[in-house]
Amino acid sequence: MSNRIDVKKTYKLFINGAFPRSESGRTYEIKNAKGVFIANPCLASRKDLKDAVVAARAAQSGWNKASAYNKGQILYRIAEMLEGRRAQFVNEIILVTGVTKVKAEKEVTDSVDRLVWYAGWSDKLSSLSGALNPVAGPYYNFTVPESMGVIAAIAPETQSLLGLIDAIAPIIVGGNTIVVLASTKAPLSAMSFAEVIATSDVPAGVINILTGKKDEIAPWMASHMDIDGFDISALAATSHGAIRIAGAENLKRIYSFKSADPGRILAFLENKTVWHPIGL
Amino acid sequence: MESPVSFDYAPAPESRAIVSIKPKYGHFIGGKFVAGSKHFPTINPATEEVLSQIALAGKAEVDAAVKAARKAYTTTWSKMSGRERGKYLFRIARIMQERAREFAVLETLDNGKPIRESRDVDIPLAAAHFFYHAGWADKLEFAGLGTSTKPHGVAGQIIPWNFPLLMLSWKIAPALAAGNTVVLKPAESTSLTALLFAEVCQQAELPAGVVNIVTGDGSTGALIVNHPGIDKIAFTGSTEVGKIIARAVAPTPKSVTLELGGKAANIIFEDAAIDEAIEGIVNGIFFNQGHVCCAGSRLILQENIAEEVLEKLKKRMAQIRLGDPMDKNTDLGAINSKEQLLKIRELSASGDAEGAQRWSAPCDLPTKGFWFAPTIFTGVTQSHRIAREEIFGPVLSVLTFRTPQEGIDKANNTPFGLSAGVWSEKGSRILWASQQLRAGVVWANTFNKFDPASPFGGYKESGWGREGGRHGLSAYLKGVSHE
Repeated sequence: MSNRIDVKKTYKLFINGAFPRSESGRTYEIKNAKGVFIANPCLASRKDLKDAVVAARAAQSGWNKASAYNKGQILYRIAEMLEGRRAQFVNEIILVTGVTKVKAEKEVTDSVDRLVWYAGWSDKLSSLSGALNPVAGPYYNFTVPESMGVIAAIAPETQSLLGLIDAIAPIIVGGNTIVVLASTKAPLSAMSFAEVIATSDVPAGVINILTGKKDEIAPWMASHMDIDGFDISALAATSHGAIRIAGAENLKRIYSFKSADPGRILAFLENKTVWHPIGL
Repeated sequence: MESPVSFDYAPAPESRAIVSIKPKYGHFIGGKFVAGSKHFPTINPATEEVLSQIALAGKAEVDAAVKAARKAYTTTWSKMSGRERGKYLFRIARIMQERAREFAVLETLDNGKPIRESRDVDIPLAAAHFFYHAGWADKLEFAGLGTSTKPHGVAGQIIPWNFPLLMLSWKIAPALAAGNTVVLKPAESTSLTALLFAEVCQQAELPAGVVNIVTGDGSTGALIVNHPGIDKIAFTGSTEVGKIIARAVAPTPKSVTLELGGKAANIIFEDAAIDEAIEGIVNGIFFNQGHVCCAGSRLILQENIAEEVLEKLKKRMAQIRLGDPMDKNTDLGAINSKEQLLKIRELSASGDAEGAQRWSAPCDLPTKGFWFAPTIFTGVTQSHRIAREEIFGPVLSVLTFRTPQEGIDKANNTPFGLSAGVWSEKGSRILWASQQLRAGVVWANTFNKFDPASPFGGYKESGWGREGGRHGLSAYLKGVSHE
């Protein structure tokens, strides 16, 4: 009815709690299913990845120190913020993918619920993976899961919001920080999700989101010496061998998952065993 | 300072009559010893005496071993109930206990480690590993991977020379308990106890092909790693070889665990019980001649106690008895090989060249065999090669710190992350440091303790996965969501 011109959003990267453009100045065009122009998201470069890893590394010890209760509350807070902006996400998913409203709504609902599910894991991981070990001697000996460090991930192309949450939440819930590459074809909900993160008390640098091309960024993620682990679930199986070879340089932990289960969280945790003598 | 009263020890040699070493060995494939084609000598590193000729497995032998393992997996082992599998493992544990002295003597002759250590540490722990894992065989649904777990199939296992039988047990016991069959290759210089273990498998009437042992060098190891009939690789050894293996298996569906190198920090805070810490430092670096991936090879001392600790440490080091590994009073045995001795010498020379100060305990080195006196370097900085590279010998690098955080930062300044030690009488500081240290095993007010129930393994470039406990067992099972 109205003749008002929309104020369109510039989609940028999310690094260290801020929204910079790619240092490369590059963008790429995305269109909807009918070929109509939608946006020019950033085409992230190797340098953007490096910047994101620096931010993730700097944020890691602080995030790791946050209590499990605190981390759980922050993940839950992300779910709260997402819930409040359901309509925006439904619209963006429909705009880019052309799916029905019912399907888009289901994806957003599943996304919120999935976040709540992951949030609840934060203070149960050591019950799941820890142990008090009955060694044959006068020692108190226990094993606890600990964060691994900085983890990279690739979000899937389909269900770009739910898939992004399955990439991010299991990695950060145990105290890791993340650099994640969003869906190439459908990055809008990822960058809007960055706005949700930015208003959810997630410390800067804990979650860093890039947009761009898998073929370009994934090999740099694999060979980066300050990335400790890599979730390659969304990469084509044919590329896994080359990625694993590149990752062997720092013995990166590289995993591919088929479902959302606690194994996905534990894969990027290390187990530490501590011994102490018992005696008078 | 008054010098301590010193007593002379009379020689107390263990008898070698309990072992009978054959002049030549073959491989153990499909439950039988089969002759090898090529051979190489294995020597006693304390005397350079040739003990026997060991077979060098090539493609044909590795193929035969994998085939035997696959057949045993398909026809026998994967069909057997966990309870029955477990009983075989209990049998093996008991036979190892019965023949413990024989194993200890053979290990010391072939490896050069003191009989006191092979007798009191290596062999009892090896038997304990089988006993522990035997009990898991019929309880796999409680291993934490859900009720539908599966073994991988055939495991290829490659082990090092520093704890030959113990590393064999770390590999074979969980693999068999989980229902896998194995092809294991002992290290080139220490094959004898693995071949004696093959006899134990026969005595235990373990079904043919469940355990196959092929001997050889790195070329044999590469054949195992690259064999398409193997489902899982487990390797203990250097980080360098670990990376080669990681690349080799990258394009394959093989599952991998790696226990690799280390450069463990042993941090002594100013409030530590100094005399206990001295024993911990000595145990940390001189246990097993320092041929220990988790050796406490970087001593990180709070500056205000450094002088006192170093003085006491030197006094204690002067009491270390180096010599005949078969002597029951010996503390420090022979370096395992000439190659390893040259590596230790080369890295120590780099310590001199880069400006650190060397001090070695005064001791007479035997004229035959491979020996290196217990040595410390002071004035070491974080960039020195002797602070960064694994020496795998009785050489300790000493660094100092002022604040606790600086101590932790120095400890963590390494690509390795296998183990660490921390000494303090303050509970909260011990727990704080244990949290801060980026290492898979933290020994607090102790060092170099091992147990089958206790997971062992590294962060970062010290490897993938754990061995021991429920965590170690899970490496031999499928059922987790990640590949």
